[in-house]
Amino acid sequence: MSETIQFLPPRQAVLSRRTAIIADLADLLPPDCLVHEPRELVPFETDAFVAYRRVPLAVVLPRTTAEVAAVMKYCHRYGVPVVPRGAGTSLSGGAIPQEDAVVLGLSKMSRILEVDYANRTATVQAGVTNLSISETVGADGFFYAPDPSSQLACTIGGNIGMNSGGAHCLKYGVTTNNLLGVKMVLVDGTVIELGGKHLDAAGYDLLGLVCGSEGQLGIVTEATVRLIAKPEGARPVLFGFDTSEEAGSCVADVIGSGIIPVAIEFMDKPAIEICEAFAHAGYPLDVGALLIVEVEGSEAEMDAMLKEIVEIAGRHGVKTVRESQSAMEAALIWKGRKSAFGATGRIADYICMDGTVPLGKLSYVLKKTSEITDSFGLRVANVFHAGDGNMHPLILFNANDPEDAAKAEAAGNEILKLCVDAGGCLTGEHGVGIEKRDLMRHQYSEADLAQQMAVRAAFDEGWILNPSKVFPLEGRPTT
Amino acid sequence: MTLIPTSEVDAAYIIRTAASGGKKLAPCGGSTRAGFGNSTEPAEKMSSRGLSGIVDYEPAEMVMTVKAGTPLLEVEAALAANRQMMSFEPMDHRGIMGTTGEPTIGGVFAGNISGPRRFVGGAARDSLLGIRFVNGKGELIRAGGRVMKNVTGLDLVKLLAGSHGTLGFLTEVTFRVLPMPQTVETVVISGLDDAEAARAMAAAMALPVEVSGAAHLPASVKGRFIGGGLPEGEATVLRLEGLSASVAVRADKLADAMAAFGPVSRIAMDESQALWREIRDVHPYADGTRKPLWRVSVAPSVGHQLVAALRLEAGIDAFYDWQGGLVWMRMEADPEAELLRRYIKALGGGHATLMRAPDAVQASTPAFEPQPDAVALLSVRVKQALDPAGIFSPGKMGGNF
Repeated sequence: MSETIQFLPPRQAVLSRRTAIIADLADLLPPDCLVHEPRELVPFETDAFVAYRRVPLAVVLPRTTAEVAAVMKYCHRYGVPVVPRGAGTSLSGGAIPQEDAVVLGLSKMSRILEVDYANRTATVQAGVTNLSISETVGADGFFYAPDPSSQLACTIGGNIGMNSGGAHCLKYGVTTNNLLGVKMVLVDGTVIELGGKHLDAAGYDLLGLVCGSEGQLGIVTEATVRLIAKPEGARPVLFGFDTSEEAGSCVADVIGSGIIPVAIEFMDKPAIEICEAFAHAGYPLDVGALLIVEVEGSEAEMDAMLKEIVEIAGRHGVKTVRESQSAMEAALIWKGRKSAFGATGRIADYICMDGTVPLGKLSYVLKKTSEITDSFGLRVANVFHAGDGNMHPLILFNANDPEDAAKAEAAGNEILKLCVDAGGCLTGEHGVGIEKRDLMRHQYSEADLAQQMAVRAAFDEGWILNPSKVFPLEGRPTT
Repeated sequence: MTLIPTSEVDAAYIIRTAASGGKKLAPCGGSTRAGFGNSTEPAEKMSSRGLSGIVDYEPAEMVMTVKAGTPLLEVEAALAANRQMMSFEPMDHRGIMGTTGEPTIGGVFAGNISGPRRFVGGAARDSLLGIRFVNGKGELIRAGGRVMKNVTGLDLVKLLAGSHGTLGFLTEVTFRVLPMPQTVETVVISGLDDAEAARAMAAAMALPVEVSGAAHLPASVKGRFIGGGLPEGEATVLRLEGLSASVAVRADKLADAMAAFGPVSRIAMDESQALWREIRDVHPYADGTRKPLWRVSVAPSVGHQLVAALRLEAGIDAFYDWQGGLVWMRMEADPEAELLRRYIKALGGGHATLMRAPDAVQASTPAFEPQPDAVALLSVRVKQALDPAGIFSPGKMGGNF
């Protein structure tokens, strides 16, 4: 397909030393921790933003922080770009490599190091999957709150890189609100620790800066995260509406009423149909929009909250209200929602947008979004975290048709600009990556971007860490 | 004399002029933490209090945008009128610092000031969505925004929160607010020693009852709370908040579980609110003295071990918030900084901040926890990225930043 997003030109000095670099890396790592045969590099050439791919120079899969440090020290010395990678589930191209880069994959660092219930923390290696933390502590009545849809596969290291969210962060916050500490390798191989089992920073909040920095400030190898006691019960309820506008205004009223559900998820008609066909979750098919509202607590508490929410929904013309009657039904409801991206992928190629807008603008942005996709002759399915205004329009297209693909990208850009203009932002939880990099000037002034880049340079003066990402390629400080 | 800009343009001009003239500035709000921090090079005070007023408040979206110098009182009143609040419960430092003046919203975020709910609900920095500030070059910078989820670029918002004015001059803040709980109730377990209390609090936090405050008030301080109204013996206090029906059910459950640790009683809404406000404001040490006062953050399970270890070697008095992880510690004489910081390290790490001390002691004691070399170096580089000429309170948070 066409490629409108550019990468930095490969550093010739690095490419010409390819053989020597691979030999040197082989000296630093055990044999099974280095990948360099062209055929074996293919799985690392892209992530979940599959429209773009680049075969990296090599892939390293270190097992320890010391090995990560050795690789960083080497790459820093020779100016070799490094692209960190968790599970490669990034939707914004955050883990897509480049020809002159070493991909540093954390998949071999996948141990849970310590669970400490007295302090409600888990300390894990960065390659641990998001879901495995909750699975490990679940039987003891705890869980780890951020729950991105890809939680079965995605890693904590990747979650920290993108400050990942999920459906339940309306109540519990995103990764940065649940991250207590990291062990991290700086660009020159120095190992530092930020935070720990205690709260707040002793000095500057470098931990807060690192979270969501998309692998540009260092390589996180271990993390200490907050565990939370599981609620007594949780109940998702389906609310069907005739129109997206009604559903949107209902969300704003629920939030405004003072009730904070754990999650409010939105699906429009195309999304409902796609998800229902895949998951058979029992979603009503005769509605134009669906909200999944989840409340948690004791039975009495959930009853009280739901009563109020049902009343509010009534004022917005709700057509169907369906409470899950069993744990199995509840699980199905979530299965349908969480498989939305996968289910969409079965019927078409898609790109997923991630803009966030103020709640009061939800209905307006939804309407404008379909106007935009209509104008490009494309279909869109909307499935997103409505409670915090984090939209996920899935723009459907045919990747084998370059013209269609270019249209999808253009429509996506229009939608993201719309989100910014409505008082929101380009990305709520997927990160900028390469996908939204060239739109950064739409959200930030030159001075804003220059300030961010100066802070970035304080960590990585030579711009070798994930260098093609986040900041527009033009106008970067020269080094 | 204090410089009081009345617009962002004004503030930027003052800062540009200072930067080119080699002059140092000390950003502040209402100066209710006056005297706190390491001594800096001589600097002219620059207050945000000329930038005041609520810019935008959408109760239905739970988001407020306010100019940095707005008095905290005004913000809280506007929120209360809509039955909303700042969930992180910013403390009022006037009591312990012996200061007067009006706390400002900018000061709250510049200091990342949080109260008892912090250990479950997040710090001030977790509620802060967006800022406008003037950097050390006199440029107006915008970071973050007004939506709850935002990973667009580097999170300078977190960086500025808690930087105590050393990275930039805040002009405007946008933050998330939450509904005020319908009711508040406190479950009290009496007569526990510090170690037993730590176990009881950990047990409470493992229950699905959503405890939103967990403090332990040893005998030495207990009488100073709610006019001596707490029951006999040391008091371990656990707060529940929310819908009335729900709080009643959860309080029963919690009281049942806590009965295994000691005698249990309950405190109703009004007294609960007063109690947690006094815990927030460190009421027992709002004592009109300059006796060294430490704010220590460690893992909850080791707070009491730290106090026990120090007690063998120094005259100290202490009480605990955040399930035992926040220790307020008043020293009888010497601040014992080195000893304290050595023990914190030995117990798994954390940090101690010296809130106040007699002038001479303060001048020779680092107020902020000294950082390991590599982290200190990074902090210096970050400072240079925002304030290349080093004009904002140089040295306030440590060595070179």
